[in-house]
Amino acid sequence: MTTVSGMTLIGAGLGSVAQQAGYEPLLPGLIILLPLLGFVINGVLALQAGSRSAARVRAGEEGTGPSGSAADRTLPTWIGPGVVGLAFLLTLVNFFRMLGVEVHEPVVRSYWTWMATGGLVLDAAIQLDALSMIMMLVITGVGFLIHVFSVGYMKEDPGYPRYFAYLNLFVFFMLVLVMGASFPMMFVGWEGVGLCSYLLIGFWFKDRAKADAGKKAFIVNRVGDFGFLVAMFILFTTLGTLDYQGVFEAAPEAFAYGGAAITAVALFFLLGAVGKSAQIPLYVWLPDAMAGPTPVSALIHAATMVTAGVYLVARSSVLFALSPAGSAAVAAVGALTALFAATIALQQYDIKKVLAYSTVSQLGFMFLAVGAGAYAAGVFHLMTHAFFKALLFLGAGAVIHSMHHALHATHKDWDAQDMRNMGGIRRYMPVTWLTMWVATLAIAGIWPFAGFFSKDEIIWASGVAARGSMGSLYTLLWAMALAAAVLTAIYMTRMMVLTFHGRNRTGEEEERHLHEAPLNMTLPLGILAVLSVVGGWVNVPGSIRESVFGGFGVLPMSDWLDRWLEPVVGDAQAILLTQLGPVAETAPVGGGHVLWGGIATVVAASVVLLTARAVASRPTVPALEEGEPQRGIRKILYNKWYVDELYDRIIVQPILRVSRWFWKVVDQLVIDGTVNAVGSVTRGVGWFGSLFQTGQVNTYAFILTLGVLAVLAALVL
Amino acid sequence: MELDFSTQAHLFWALLPELLLAAGGMVVLLAGVWKGGDREPEEAGWLGAWALTAILVAALANGWLYGVSEVGATSVVAVDSFRLFANWIFLLGAALTIVASFAYVERQRLQVGEFYALILFATVGMMFMGGTRDLILIFLGIETMSVAAYVLTAYNRRDRKSAEAGLKYFLLGAFSTGFLLYGIALAYGATGTTNLVEMAASIEAGAGLSGLLVAALGLLAVGFAFKVAAVPFHMWTPDVYEGAPAPATAYMAAAVKAASFVAFARVFLVAFEGLYTSWFPIFWWLAALTMVVANLIALSQSNVKRMLAYSSVAHGGYLLVGLSAANEMATGGLLFYLLVYTFMTIGAFGVLMIVSNQSEERLQVEDYAGLGWRHPVLGVVFTIFLLSLAGFPGTGGFMGKIFLLQGAAEAHLWTLAIILVLATVVSYFYYLRVSWYMWMRPAPEGSSTEGRGGPFGMNVALIATAGILLFLGVFPGSILDLALAGAESLFPAGPGLAGTAP
Repeated sequence: MTTVSGMTLIGAGLGSVAQQAGYEPLLPGLIILLPLLGFVINGVLALQAGSRSAARVRAGEEGTGPSGSAADRTLPTWIGPGVVGLAFLLTLVNFFRMLGVEVHEPVVRSYWTWMATGGLVLDAAIQLDALSMIMMLVITGVGFLIHVFSVGYMKEDPGYPRYFAYLNLFVFFMLVLVMGASFPMMFVGWEGVGLCSYLLIGFWFKDRAKADAGKKAFIVNRVGDFGFLVAMFILFTTLGTLDYQGVFEAAPEAFAYGGAAITAVALFFLLGAVGKSAQIPLYVWLPDAMAGPTPVSALIHAATMVTAGVYLVARSSVLFALSPAGSAAVAAVGALTALFAATIALQQYDIKKVLAYSTVSQLGFMFLAVGAGAYAAGVFHLMTHAFFKALLFLGAGAVIHSMHHALHATHKDWDAQDMRNMGGIRRYMPVTWLTMWVATLAIAGIWPFAGFFSKDEIIWASGVAARGSMGSLYTLLWAMALAAAVLTAIYMTRMMVLTFHGRNRTGEEEERHLHEAPLNMTLPLGILAVLSVVGGWVNVPGSIRESVFGGFGVLPMSDWLDRWLEPVVGDAQAILLTQLGPVAETAPVGGGHVLWGGIATVVAASVVLLTARAVASRPTVPALEEGEPQRGIRKILYNKWYVDELYDRIIVQPILRVSRWFWKVVDQLVIDGTVNAVGSVTRGVGWFGSLFQTGQVNTYAFILTLGVLAVLAALVL
Repeated sequence: MELDFSTQAHLFWALLPELLLAAGGMVVLLAGVWKGGDREPEEAGWLGAWALTAILVAALANGWLYGVSEVGATSVVAVDSFRLFANWIFLLGAALTIVASFAYVERQRLQVGEFYALILFATVGMMFMGGTRDLILIFLGIETMSVAAYVLTAYNRRDRKSAEAGLKYFLLGAFSTGFLLYGIALAYGATGTTNLVEMAASIEAGAGLSGLLVAALGLLAVGFAFKVAAVPFHMWTPDVYEGAPAPATAYMAAAVKAASFVAFARVFLVAFEGLYTSWFPIFWWLAALTMVVANLIALSQSNVKRMLAYSSVAHGGYLLVGLSAANEMATGGLLFYLLVYTFMTIGAFGVLMIVSNQSEERLQVEDYAGLGWRHPVLGVVFTIFLLSLAGFPGTGGFMGKIFLLQGAAEAHLWTLAIILVLATVVSYFYYLRVSWYMWMRPAPEGSSTEGRGGPFGMNVALIATAGILLFLGVFPGSILDLALAGAESLFPAGPGLAGTAP
């Protein structure tokens, strides 16, 4: 009955309004449904195009390549970005409505009873609050820009409608992830984005390695999802509910502060977050995920999906605040990953690999923040990172696009993504060059770019945490974060100089084919560049705003995001305050916020300058002429600390061996024997007799009897 | 209507669906002989339609029984929601199998009348397994089902593998039936009754665990473990499933397994409720071993039919988790899962039959390369079946696993729950490999001429099945309510045995 009424409700206008004072949402269900609609339409178009091209192949016609004529692309071009753009507009409307009211309590809208079992009643419901609103803005906003960019980037791809179908489906699941009002809803989105990520990484599946990269991402993510599920079920058995409001209300009473149960919940959730957000030890899939089209890397593997782990911790801040050990584990994983991934990024030559490890490292910063209890700072960096990292990926995509054209024009068999084959591209792609420098300065943490404010806040927060309990641990993490910040400036500057500056190494003939991207690709770059500057101004700490870094109070607001997120993370912050007491607002080695902000930006700026000079002064030769580093730390970093090889040896191979062993035992006993028996039949032996002669049925019966004895023994003993 | 079983007529009414279906089976059998239906495709279609009609009539009778109540809960024939829900599963399984086998029996020139009649008779046996409260009747149901299943396995007389699989199944089935029967005899010896409810009362009143009962428990558990193909009693499955004609395999993997689980659940949850702590460890180990071993073996299969066989064994492991938890939630989850499982398994085998050209060829995973682009309908529905088997959110398979896990969590079976989740992680790998081939591998050269799509009716059935799976993933509510009501009718006394696990 509930089902039916739920469905009528959807039909009748997207759900009933749970009456809340103040904020009145506008069609929130439509925000989710629009991308789903886009997926359905584009999916049908993709299947049509696919079977047409398959039919052509079958008919043996020439040109098995691009199936898409211009007409084939018209609908996806409008629908793909269109639905996301509309969703963004709707989100904006809702955002301003929420902005207009003083206290924005979460608004929950239930559509139908999803599961009602004895112990648990759960609605298919979405929740609009400060946190989901920020996430929705990022997903639909940055997502829309990336969709627009894709129109240019994927123009010549035969799988054009399929691409937009996947991309729309991804946005749908990502919105489910952040808008769901309960952990199971989040899990639906969580799994769904994993599937889309798999589909998009393997988008160019004709290349075997790329299809394998997709599978790797999916399986590694499944390991993390396992943690999510277990944590969810511990919550369920303890609290009897799984929707956010119920859980966060009941958790402080039901769980003892720092107890084993809540720590188990936190650690299992951490496992889930680590898988999705590519942290140690499950980060290995993200660099391989670069096999997908570059806009996909920008959307999924930089701006949105990989930040789901940070969202999870911020969303469950109450649970993590209750478990100091769990929070410390989050922070430690984050800081370690931030530093570790940054070292690998130093020695990569593939431009996308540099950005991939950079993403892993930046996600580490976010984990450090939410682990140190600075939930708003984590979300803040999530947002600014979405701007500048999406920009970096799209810029890299524009460069790769251009390189492809150049290399293709002369049929040169070079790697279009290897920075050693680039150089001096600034002259041909000035807009890309300029916007990417903006992003680089932002990620390096240089004032007044967005990354300066968000990263500064994280480092500051971990420093402050070092003044509380577990001080020595956090002091160490603080130092690691500082080191990682310095490394960030180094590898990013190295990437920029290798790609855009110096002499061009692509080749004389090829050089002439390098060109700037069209307007529908550069426009998103420009918008993201603006956001990479001003995006940081929404959460300038009061003390910084009053100082030289805030132009002595010129900025219109301070700590806006902190205040905005207060309704979501306030409870957690209150728990931290009661349990740990107020902490001195200074760095571990003394000094105030403004001083350390100054130090950070001066250090970062000098590192950028020094690195630029160092890289420029060292001669670089094209990839084929140089080869791999042969020894020392460079070789280890180039080979990414050999972690992939290690995992293969200690996890993948043993599982496969066990699988084959089981199969051999059963198969050789049974199935192969059957085949032999059939063989003997053809030799004219009566098959009835041969069955007994091969002894299989006897063997079965024998094992069956052994089983019976084992069961009886188990009962008696 | 109220049945107190004071007259024979009451038994007749209570068994109406079974009787109607058995009568329908005989009609189909006779009509097959009379008309020589296997010669003419047109006649074969008629026989299929008759068989489906018989199922429909039985289903109507089953629906009618919802309005009928029984007095007490000890009568030989149960009129409770548990039985009625189980009957839906069996009838659906039989109907789907028959629809899926239309093209297969025609192409393989099988004796249609007998083939459908056997399916109907087996279904009657299943309904007895799930619907009676007496060990003797349950045993008769098992044998009715099993004998039909042996014949179905060996049905393709022109295929040696089929005949051999049938004989092997028969020999081992008979062997395991011996254990079952011996267990029943000992249980009767210990308690003096074969009625499940009276048995429970006798155990509660008696001294508890006597030597006879221990042996009875063990032998019954082994007998059922063989029927549900739990590791290590699963070894007949790979070659029987591989050798049997594909429609028979689908039927065995789905309905036969479901019936065995239903009887398993009723016997242990009702009669031996009081001995939970004694049989719980056996179930625990069966579940754990089945999940781990079956999933690991499935990992290295490249033959899709055999992969699905191991997958079916693995699903038996998940269902055993539900039995181990032995509470209302887990039992409701078990019923829900069995329904979903029937849909996705028969659906998957239906696609397999089409890809194999309604015969036993083209079973390798490589044969699926590029299928999705050549036959989008087949590709999309098979992907949905595979995702559902793997337990992907949004599909019925996910909800089923969630309900089983919830039951396990309520019984605090943490280790089993964790093994279940980890096992599904592994299972993603081999399920997705097939869809990976379908969508992400180009079709091999020269193969594009073969592999036609399915017949129209079959495609409609497949799309409907896939649609139902998606529907159950998003709106599981009403079906789950039915399943939970079924579980509740097994535990009249209280909320089950939750929390009593060591």
